[in-house]
Amino acid sequence: MKSTLVNARRTHRGIVPATIAALALVASGCGAANDSGGSDDRGSLAGGESLSGTLNGGGSSAQEAAQGVWRAGFQGENADVTVNYDPVGSGTGRENFLSKAYSFAGSDSALSADEGELAAAKERCGGEDPIEIPAYVSPIAVVYHLDGVDELNLSPETIAGIFDEEVTTWDDPAIAATNPDADLPDTAITPVHRSDDSGTTKNFTDYLAKAAAGAWGYDADGVWPKQSGEAAEGTSGLVAAVKSGDGTIGYADESQAGGLGIAAIGVGAEFSKPTAEGAAMVLASSPRTEGRADVDMAIDIDRTITDSGAYPLLLTSYLIACQHYDDANEAALVRGFLSYAVSPDGQQAAADQAGSAPLDAGLADEAAGIVDEIAGK
Amino acid sequence: MTTTLEEAPPRRPLTMTAPRLPGWAPVLVGVLAVCGSGLLALLAGWGAVAVFALAVLGFLVALPLWSLAVEGQRSATDRLMTSLVWTASGVAVVPLAWLVLTVVRHGLPEVNASFLTFDMRNVVGDQQGGIYHAIIGTLLVTLAAAAISVPIGLFCAIYLVEYGKGKRLARWVTFLVDVMTGIPSIVAGLFALALFVLLFGPEIRLGFGGSVALSLLMVPIVVRSTEEMLRLVPDDLREASYALGVPKWRTIVKVVLPTSLGGIITGVMLATARVIGETAPLLVVAGKTDSVNVNLFGERMTTLPVYIYYQFTQPGTVPFDAPPGTEAPGIARAWGAALVLIAIVMALNLVARLVGRIFAPGTNQKKG
Amino acid sequence: MTTTTEAEPQPRPATGRGDRVFQGLATAAGITILAALAAVFVFLAIEGVPGIGKPASSYRPLESFWPYVGRLLFGTVLAALVALVIAAPFALGIALFISHYAPRALAVPVAYVVDLLAAVPSVVFGLWGARVLGPHLVPVHAWLDEHAGWLPFFAGPGSVTGKTVLTAGTVLAIMILPIITAICREVFVQAPRLDEEAALALGATRWEMVRLSVFPYARSGIVSAVMLGLGRALGETMAVAMVLSASPVYTLNLISSTNPATIASNIASSFQEATPDKLAVLIATGLVLFVFTFAVNFAARAVVARSEQRLRR
Repeated sequence: MKSTLVNARRTHRGIVPATIAALALVASGCGAANDSGGSDDRGSLAGGESLSGTLNGGGSSAQEAAQGVWRAGFQGENADVTVNYDPVGSGTGRENFLSKAYSFAGSDSALSADEGELAAAKERCGGEDPIEIPAYVSPIAVVYHLDGVDELNLSPETIAGIFDEEVTTWDDPAIAATNPDADLPDTAITPVHRSDDSGTTKNFTDYLAKAAAGAWGYDADGVWPKQSGEAAEGTSGLVAAVKSGDGTIGYADESQAGGLGIAAIGVGAEFSKPTAEGAAMVLASSPRTEGRADVDMAIDIDRTITDSGAYPLLLTSYLIACQHYDDANEAALVRGFLSYAVSPDGQQAAADQAGSAPLDAGLADEAAGIVDEIAGK
Repeated sequence: MTTTLEEAPPRRPLTMTAPRLPGWAPVLVGVLAVCGSGLLALLAGWGAVAVFALAVLGFLVALPLWSLAVEGQRSATDRLMTSLVWTASGVAVVPLAWLVLTVVRHGLPEVNASFLTFDMRNVVGDQQGGIYHAIIGTLLVTLAAAAISVPIGLFCAIYLVEYGKGKRLARWVTFLVDVMTGIPSIVAGLFALALFVLLFGPEIRLGFGGSVALSLLMVPIVVRSTEEMLRLVPDDLREASYALGVPKWRTIVKVVLPTSLGGIITGVMLATARVIGETAPLLVVAGKTDSVNVNLFGERMTTLPVYIYYQFTQPGTVPFDAPPGTEAPGIARAWGAALVLIAIVMALNLVARLVGRIFAPGTNQKKG
Repeated sequence: MTTTTEAEPQPRPATGRGDRVFQGLATAAGITILAALAAVFVFLAIEGVPGIGKPASSYRPLESFWPYVGRLLFGTVLAALVALVIAAPFALGIALFISHYAPRALAVPVAYVVDLLAAVPSVVFGLWGARVLGPHLVPVHAWLDEHAGWLPFFAGPGSVTGKTVLTAGTVLAIMILPIITAICREVFVQAPRLDEEAALALGATRWEMVRLSVFPYARSGIVSAVMLGLGRALGETMAVAMVLSASPVYTLNLISSTNPATIASNIASSFQEATPDKLAVLIATGLVLFVFTFAVNFAARAVVARSEQRLRR
């Protein structure tokens, strides 16, 4: 704009502005240096069909890292395909799926039958039951930063007490009782929670409400129910806050907990640390939500499981789609992308890069079977 | 005012001059304060910041006290205020130096050719990503904002200076332009969002929306600076032109604007520098994407500030086998992008000042 | 700022078509400004007013709009006031330094440094505040908790992460320092030279000269500078959003980990995952912020306008 301004005045002093304008033109004329090659070895996809087009989806931000891995892998195999995933939050993701803005949605909770979402989804999918498959499973770690304490065992009741700000110092008898060997200082406890609406908070409060046997007086909710305490935005903000203070404790997807102390939580008479196997064990033995169709794998997680090694504090995030789409190409894209996501390759890639727990073989096979049936009308 | 001044200090000593501290007194007190606090710090084991703060405090107390003893209360107050004013200015330099040094230290290792030419498409974990798409977005959105605000701002200033003198409308415009400079940037963003949501539905995000929001912030700055420049044009020039029978509008285009061109360009560039770093409005209306988007009117467009914000809030994961103290990969990218953004803003500022100097009245008239 | 217009040139009557078109364009541009301001209000109102009566779930963990926005407004004002308390004395000092105290060789670079401070993008301030300044201020929090805990502002317990209103206010203070300094400097420089020299000639010390012949003249300028700084601080978004640990509460405690969010920072951090209902709520809070800052700026400019008129007389 500066160059036109100068030219209009018929002077020849516009060297600098003209350079800026030229730079912008040159810059906008070509693509980024790392976009030229379509194929690289980030993932491998079974099936040789050639796909093209754009697939739009969105929802859970917990899935974002995994979606990034899946998109990279899928786009690497299919150079003509662009997959967009908007981490707009589970609620908005489901709404946009219902309004057909998205072909698929990622959601930290299954479609709710009570609020009419299930019925709306049926309508959106031409009268058929929607598909819901657990694609992203992540144990939630109780992370802490306390100098001199490397191992920590906490019962669900104690965790509830800490986050309810009832247990306020690290040498509290409730903590000492489960950690006889630890040298607990009298540092004040700073519990850190998420300030945003999140699936992690919802699963954490759900766990406290069910497993802490009355010590936690709030319902499961994605928004932290208490109005005090240290708050941080997003998983990484929470981890950064826990890292930067002494005597802090918080909850975060296990994949993000690098460099922090991870507490073992009380399960039955034992204490277990978050592991992929422990999470998969809980998922496999948890009952399905009642009244759902065969293609709907909504799961009621058993938070009070007592099996040795199980880890009931976990987040399950679903992929939601239809069985049939009006457009055959859209159906092919959804089928291709979702089957990559639940394939062993996709699950392993997500586990390596996004730190999720791979689905166990039984669930993965069932999900793959459901996805394979997606077709055009 | 004058009454207080008449209360001169009682002249007890029968000399013509009041006793004064020697000229080297502030230096002596300064050295003593540093030594004293340094000694204390050595004993108590404090850090450099504490030593410095204590030294300043010591100086602020000691010099006025000495002055009070020798020179009397008025001089003591004067010395105290002088020290305070100097201290305030010294302290003001600290945040800028600290901030710039931090950004350079964290950002410089990250900035290289790949960082500047890559985007974030298909970038996972700590693979090499870049800010190419964000630079494109920033340039396009800002250029479009300037394209909207420069004509409006220019004509508005012309109205105020050339046509609106004494009119009620002009008084209101002047006043509201001033008020407009105080609109919070996020409100400008929400306005653009509300506008486009109303037109295109709730899911709309586009780069041009960012331009609209930015131009709302930019117009008042352009108006103010242009207005000031136009007022500097001597009326003799206008009158000479009128006397030759040139119509008013040609006088403005041919005489007034060329005369103040340098100042106007400087003002526009400073306004651009001011909005190019805006984050909040772009966050809400332009959205973010991993890929290059050159279409202002379609789809999301990442800009540098928004890129920094998202790399900060979603920096990715630290691998479990990484050595302790490793930062998530996004944090380094955020510092790198911050360095690039600061460099762009500072460059715009410097160039604007340079242009202002080159076009300064005097040199301007010599050439035709 | 005060341009003395002597004997205005008799404007030629706009007769030719070119003149009429040009005048029309210029007037239209002026009217566009008025229209833009009105449009901001109208569009925010259209999209935002429905946000006042949304279902309770949009205001979690609170239940309705006014308690929700009340806490945010409180936080906004609190953070801005903290920033002002820190920034105003420094700004006055620096402005005096540049206008009356410093040797010219120092005044120019200091003025330049303060101007450069204004050029740093807010997101960079946020990054720096969150990653560098916050952790460095933790000992200050502990010290205040220990030694000034009897004041309600420092009741503690001191935050161990530094993500508090105190830190956010400090960052805001640095950000509003340039605007307050710039305006104060301008009015200080304009103080009548004759008064100053008269004061010095009567034997006043430099400080007495400043107090007696500069400050009375500059009082309204200082007031408006401070209020404009307040306006800036009220609307600043990113720095607060990146620094603060926010909960929906009313508290005067500046150093604990429970802090009220500001309107702007709440919009920035809740925006990405907002459902359409929540979006309307956020736009409604934006409308409240707009009206509030508009009032503050309006008042500030009115003070300036009135004093300019008085001086002209």
